[in-house]
Amino acid sequence: MTIYFDNAATTSVSKTALDAMIPALTENYGNPSSLHALGQTSNQALDEARRTVAECLGAQPNEIYFTSGGSEADNWAITQLAEQGKKKGKNHLITTTFEHHAVLHTVKRLEKNGFEVTYLDVHEDGIVRPEELAAAIRPETALVTIMYANNEIGTIQPIEELAKVCHEKGVLFHTDAVQAVGHLPINVKEQGIDLLSLSGHKFHGPKGVGALYCRRGVRLTNFIEGGAQERNRRAGTENLPGICGMAAALKEAVDHLEENTRKVTAMRDKLIEGIRTIPCSRINGSLEHRLPGNVNACFEGIEGESLLLRLDLMGICASSGSACTSGSLDPSHVLLAIGLPKEIAHGSLRLSLDEVNTMEEVDYTLEQLPKILETLRDMSPVWEQMKKEGRC
Amino acid sequence: MAMAYSPKVREHFANPHNVGKIENADGVGEVGNAVCGDIMKMYLKIENDVIVDVKFNTFGCGAAIATSSMATDLIKGKTIHEAMQLTNKAVVEALDGLPAVKLHCSVLAEEAVKAALLDYYTKNNLPVPEELQNAKCDHDCESCMH
Repeated sequence: MTIYFDNAATTSVSKTALDAMIPALTENYGNPSSLHALGQTSNQALDEARRTVAECLGAQPNEIYFTSGGSEADNWAITQLAEQGKKKGKNHLITTTFEHHAVLHTVKRLEKNGFEVTYLDVHEDGIVRPEELAAAIRPETALVTIMYANNEIGTIQPIEELAKVCHEKGVLFHTDAVQAVGHLPINVKEQGIDLLSLSGHKFHGPKGVGALYCRRGVRLTNFIEGGAQERNRRAGTENLPGICGMAAALKEAVDHLEENTRKVTAMRDKLIEGIRTIPCSRINGSLEHRLPGNVNACFEGIEGESLLLRLDLMGICASSGSACTSGSLDPSHVLLAIGLPKEIAHGSLRLSLDEVNTMEEVDYTLEQLPKILETLRDMSPVWEQMKKEGRC
Repeated sequence: MAMAYSPKVREHFANPHNVGKIENADGVGEVGNAVCGDIMKMYLKIENDVIVDVKFNTFGCGAAIATSSMATDLIKGKTIHEAMQLTNKAVVEALDGLPAVKLHCSVLAEEAVKAALLDYYTKNNLPVPEELQNAKCDHDCESCMH
């Protein structure tokens, strides 16, 4: 038996997505840039996919640029707008301390190249305060980039208010919405989002494809030279199978958003409730403003990787913080950003659910988890010390 | 980025050998630090210079638990002089390798054994052999990364 509770890392490809990909992998192999019939069939499929993605976000088709994924979209948006800002003498960027590394490392590189960066505090609940953003904006601020929902602790930011603050001060607002798209209702126009990054494989689309939404009127400079694809901005023959799969998966997710949210939230809340009965544990991040499928907890006296490996032995696929950091010795930067001490942050577990999971899987996990924790705590000198001191 | 544990490491992690404590142990050593994410505590029962029993308690990642388990296996039944010669390299080899980022765990396992032996010498007012006089790697998280 395999229980997959790592949907924030990636999801399975849905049948709908796969069905949409097959034609582009078989009979419709034409290059969308070719003028012959086969090419034009592909071009139509590309147009249709672009229309679908735009509709799902409340955008216009010519505001959607397909990319290789969320990381590329983040890199594109941030580096290009920072460079444009620099030409106008704007050398200041604002972000948060708990962004995904696709944003954080991009911003760090710009910092090395002369930009000043303000990292907004995300507080204990993992939420940015709009008034703190307002106070951080300067005349020389080129761009504000704040994630829509955090990939580790699932906290949802007040996007509309943050965008409003930016616009009042005449600053562009980008959001890394990789964890939010397909899982939360999004309308870029109503929410005032100028640029948004998304990734196909987070909502049952294929890997290796994503998109950048860029509001009409915001000048986007070329990211890859060499062809007329993506309105000259990003050269390279389009990943048509991926794009078609992503569009179909997104439409399916958006069409079923309400029922999925209901189902997933119920499973999440049961897990959270069960975890809270485990001594010396804590749930990280706001419970109120949280992705429907995110559970993030810390268990004192144990280390997260060993918990993760033990869960794996019982058939449960989980994550200890972000999968991207699993080669590192440092505890999650997100958990440190919400103020957890390192020794507690080391004992973190992320379970990320979605609509393909079941309540039976939740029950089984709640049965196994306390047993595993007991085994690990029984062999932990940290736990022994805590018991001796009466801390648990 | 991608880390793969050898089947041997996985086996020792899944079913670690010599887990536990020894009451009235002849030597106890604790190394590491919770801030860095790993602590190892080693207990020795010594009779006539032979390690007749050894147990460990470890807080840490999969590699920390597996290296503790392997280190205890390697010194059990050995003389204290043989145990003193234990190197982190021997632990890594016995486990069929460790990912580079986890090598410090093997260093910690070596240090835990040495700390327990040092405790035995100190308790019994014996002259401390040179092998046990090395600095312990518990002052900062990077100090074991050699």
